[in-house]
Amino acid sequence: MADEEKPEMSPPQPSPAREQGAKPQGQSVASDVGALLTGLKTTLSEAFKPVVTTMYPEDKKPRSERYRGRHYLRRYDNGLERCIGCELCAAACPVGCILVIAAENTEENRVSPGERYAKTYEINMLRCIFCGYCEEACPVQAIVLGPEYELSDTSREKFIYTKERLLEPLPPDVQARLDSKERK
Amino acid sequence: MLVSQIYNDPIGHWVVVVVAMALLLFVVLTATAYTVWFERVALGRIQRRPGPNRVGPWGLMQLAADGVKLAFKESFVPASTDKVLYVVAPAIAVAAAFLAWVVIPIGLWDYYGPKITYWIADVNVGILIVFAVSALNVYAIVIGGYASNNKYSLLGGLRSAAQLISYEMALGLSLVPTFMIVGSLRLRDMVEYTFHLGPYNGPIPLIILTPIGFVIYVIAAVAETNRAPFDLPEAEQELIGGFLTEYSGLKFVMYYLAEYVNIITVSALAAILFFGGWYLWIVPPVLAFLLKVILFLFFYIWVRGTFPRLRYDMLMRLGWKVLLPLAMLNVVGTAVILVALS
Repeated sequence: MADEEKPEMSPPQPSPAREQGAKPQGQSVASDVGALLTGLKTTLSEAFKPVVTTMYPEDKKPRSERYRGRHYLRRYDNGLERCIGCELCAAACPVGCILVIAAENTEENRVSPGERYAKTYEINMLRCIFCGYCEEACPVQAIVLGPEYELSDTSREKFIYTKERLLEPLPPDVQARLDSKERK
Repeated sequence: MLVSQIYNDPIGHWVVVVVAMALLLFVVLTATAYTVWFERVALGRIQRRPGPNRVGPWGLMQLAADGVKLAFKESFVPASTDKVLYVVAPAIAVAAAFLAWVVIPIGLWDYYGPKITYWIADVNVGILIVFAVSALNVYAIVIGGYASNNKYSLLGGLRSAAQLISYEMALGLSLVPTFMIVGSLRLRDMVEYTFHLGPYNGPIPLIILTPIGFVIYVIAAVAETNRAPFDLPEAEQELIGGFLTEYSGLKFVMYYLAEYVNIITVSALAAILFFGGWYLWIVPPVLAFLLKVILFLFFYIWVRGTFPRLRYDMLMRLGWKVLLPLAMLNVVGTAVILVALS
């Protein structure tokens, strides 16, 4: 009785290779049903293992040190901006999302230690592909890519990051990393 | 009793019946919502995900959120469809799914206090009504597929018709031995079937007497409700969404609802026909029934989370060459045994 009820549990497996093959695996009904039961056992045992999901907004995984998120413009310790308005970042940018308009430093208005400074510095975050070429191109390490990646916003205008926004202080851990690199 | 007085009054009778129907509708709808939740959580756990857990505690309000979202969607009818049939088809699906619950007995309380019956109609051909009504589901799917004026929908609908007709035979035949043993088509009689053997004299789960019928029933029921691994009518990978392709918003909800009500219906039938309905040691009747239905629902979800979809020729072969002959043999075998015993 027990054996009779088994055939319908297992769909026949009629691949030609199997029908001609010398020693097919699932030839007997019992082994086919056994395979189905193994499958059921496997899924049930998986159900009692711990969940592997990261509960994202509450639980964020740490990013790599070299993660390329949103940009920051850096300052020297004395408060002067690093950017000297050379526009090499804009030239290096493959998508042309950086706009730099330079101006001369004067004695009464000294913004950066060099001859010139960036009067306007804008990055269009909708265009940016976060390749980091701007960071590599910069001769004075003025622009760096930080760890933030949650950049969504509600209007296109808000994605044009202006100089004020880019000059926000770096997260402390990124700052510490850059400092230690410079000391070497 | 006051209630029985109202019930015996010709007008009061209808009041009681209408209230009971409203209550049943509410219960089945709620059960459907939480079946979907249960399915998503169980499937998630099988895949080591948590499942819905954002809306409400443990994600319990997820279905309310989904329902609101779908209800506010644009009621879109594609161009050059058959407008009337396009709207009627999901309505048939939902009506057929809920109609079956008219005759399904949920429980019977006659231990102390007033006797309470948890069903709307105790019909002497209950199981036939369930099958007659659930067969309407084919029309819902075929008409929906045809009315959509879309080749994938039509293919899905035709596949579904072939599948449902094939497995309905096996499903019906798998239960014939049960009818022969019980000698009645009344669902209540199946539950209350008493067995006399030596000192034992009481209700038994019928699966002990009809194990083969049970196995055929379970497989055919999965196929009847278009569930994985028999979900060919809406095989996304081949048919986009089958008959559901052109449906959205509330009309989609109706098909979706019908599918889940049908799943609960076949689970409830399995509990009634094979596992003694509301009898379970000292567990109160309705609770025992609920417990059995939930176990069956879990089995369904478990199977969905385990087996890949059958190929179409496999599906047909399994239905016609394996299940149907086996069910017929089962009928003949049971008949021989019954005659030999009598």
